[in-house]
Amino acid sequence: MTATDVKFGEYGGQYVPEALMPAIEELTDAYERYVLENEDGFMDEFRQRLRDFGGRPLPLQRADHLSERYDTEVYLKREDLLHGGAHKLNNALGQVLLAKYMGKERIIAETGAGQHGTATAMAAAHLGLPCEIYMGERDINRQRPNVFRMKLNGSEVNPVTTGRGTLKEAISETMRDWATNVEDTHYVIGSIVGPAPFPAMVRDFHAVISEEAREQCKEQTGGLPDTVVACAGGGSNTMGAFANFVEDADTELVAVEAGGSSLDVDEAAGVAPNSASLSTGDEGVLHGARTKLLQDGDGQILESHSISSGLDYAGVGPELAHLVDEGRVRAANVDDDAALAAFHRLSRLEGIIPALETAHAFGWMEENPDELGDVTIVNVSGRGDKDLESVIEETEKRDVEGAVDVGEVFR
Amino acid sequence: MAENEALNEAFAGDAAFVPYLAAGDPSYEASLEYVEALERGGADVIELGLPFSEPIAEGSTIQEAVVRSLEGGMTPERFFEFVDDLDVDVPLVCMTYYNLIYQYGDDEGPRPFVEKAASLGLSGFVVPDLPAEEAGPLREACDEFGLDLVFIVAPTTAGDRLKRIMDQVSGYVYVQARLGVTGAKDDVSDQTGASLSRLREWDVPKAVGFGIKTGEHARAVVAAGADGVIVGSALVDIVAEGHEADTPVAETAERLESKTHELKQGALAGAGEDPESRGESLAESEPT
Repeated sequence: MTATDVKFGEYGGQYVPEALMPAIEELTDAYERYVLENEDGFMDEFRQRLRDFGGRPLPLQRADHLSERYDTEVYLKREDLLHGGAHKLNNALGQVLLAKYMGKERIIAETGAGQHGTATAMAAAHLGLPCEIYMGERDINRQRPNVFRMKLNGSEVNPVTTGRGTLKEAISETMRDWATNVEDTHYVIGSIVGPAPFPAMVRDFHAVISEEAREQCKEQTGGLPDTVVACAGGGSNTMGAFANFVEDADTELVAVEAGGSSLDVDEAAGVAPNSASLSTGDEGVLHGARTKLLQDGDGQILESHSISSGLDYAGVGPELAHLVDEGRVRAANVDDDAALAAFHRLSRLEGIIPALETAHAFGWMEENPDELGDVTIVNVSGRGDKDLESVIEETEKRDVEGAVDVGEVFR
Repeated sequence: MAENEALNEAFAGDAAFVPYLAAGDPSYEASLEYVEALERGGADVIELGLPFSEPIAEGSTIQEAVVRSLEGGMTPERFFEFVDDLDVDVPLVCMTYYNLIYQYGDDEGPRPFVEKAASLGLSGFVVPDLPAEEAGPLREACDEFGLDLVFIVAPTTAGDRLKRIMDQVSGYVYVQARLGVTGAKDDVSDQTGASLSRLREWDVPKAVGFGIKTGEHARAVVAAGADGVIVGSALVDIVAEGHEADTPVAETAERLESKTHELKQGALAGAGEDPESRGESLAESEPT
């Protein structure tokens, strides 16, 4: 690992309790040997398992109706077709396999929407390691199907009741477990967040997204895309979709955050009713890294909000924060309403029910059709089955343009 | 490396006792009484927690203290007022997380926080999420203002890592008695003896914390070679019980004072033991 991959500009680093540092050094060593240098054929095995178990490579599909609607070429990178229904397996499989190569005997992970938890549970079952998932109580109630899936794959699901019971608290609680059981346990972190080497390593496992998309785009359109759009919470699908395009200066990279219900912060209540840390956050230190955060003037972390639990986080990956500061990645955001409308629109127009996270990327396109280049790739980071209950509930609360009344068939 | 005389002196006796409470738990006024009770009970140094919203190194006892204190309106600025209002003569060490130190004041970095702490007579810092690798700017600011920076050494810390930490530590080294997070336990970890023997070649005082709950634990830890004992959760438990039962503040303060006394006496008893037998004491304290 090069020095630039511990720090991304001023961001990144390793702000963790001392008890974890030896494990982080051990992980850094394993990352360098197995991932970067393919020792013992690790990356070959990873690629083969991604193909056989995960279903890669995945298509870059021309979205005919969106192309017509925006009068441009829109292509969808179909990560929703990865086993489990989201891009998350790329990283989970990579890390669980790495844990196995490192001789670890137990897997733990946090999850927000449950997509990383289900991916980790699948990977752990596939590779035969016991697994425990920490999930905020509020998210458990928002994402019941994913809880069942994790249990079915043989994982324990530990509810986290501190704070507001979402991803932030789940990460803190998983770090506490890791600090207690660090000698035999690997913490499969679910995004490009946390102490080095996690941000770089998680990016590398997801970089297969842009590696495939870049080649497919050249084959199918004869060139590189003008625009790549991905939603951004912690930022794992985002960096996976961007990684191989960062050097392509003519390709604009757009990270779409959750604008939630408002971009304004209620400091008295300690709440930022959004998850737009790239767009509105300040530099600070959380969960092992210096990055952009939603925090009050004292440095206390604010409670974030998004209609999509996978984006509902007060921080963001340090590399993404750096790329935004450098002007290489454009930070954008759309609110809950726009994301929900986009969810319905994509489902109806293209026959693809996207995750609510993913819907934010489509919401941005709808609001900014003039910003799209001749060829745009959107990363369809996951499918929306897990969100159906909350989409029905949230749609009933609003007047969503073009939304079907799903409830009517039951009446 | 700049050293704060106050911490050196506090560890000059037979065995130092270092209690921890979260400032402002459960209220500003009650907390002042509680911290002052620690001094009356025999504390040699007091670790005063400035609560952070994401205390990743804390177990449930201190997590709940953090919530009570934050809900009571504690902020870094209030914390400094609190320190100013406290009527204690023993050295105070601020225990907090790096983001609060980093964000304080107008200038970027830890300097304004350290400057303010120094102006109020604080003696040093413990920052559980700041390993030696990231501590450069805080160490520099502490040197500038003559404050100590205490580092935590975990049971997993050895070799080059241990050297890197011991190169930067001042005041005392916080020997983490067991893996995991803070919280009172019913036994003394047998990892403590091994940790202490790894540290033998360094002169800096060694204070053991994480999981210590009784005078007997304190005795065993000091008998195993520690220069001091740190206790947090077992004291925070008393604050929490008092809060839940709506006990008068004076009564809870009295309980804190007598618990502090018990722990300090335990530490002193350990220091008085025949050095020949000190290596074995830990095994004897294991629960049966």
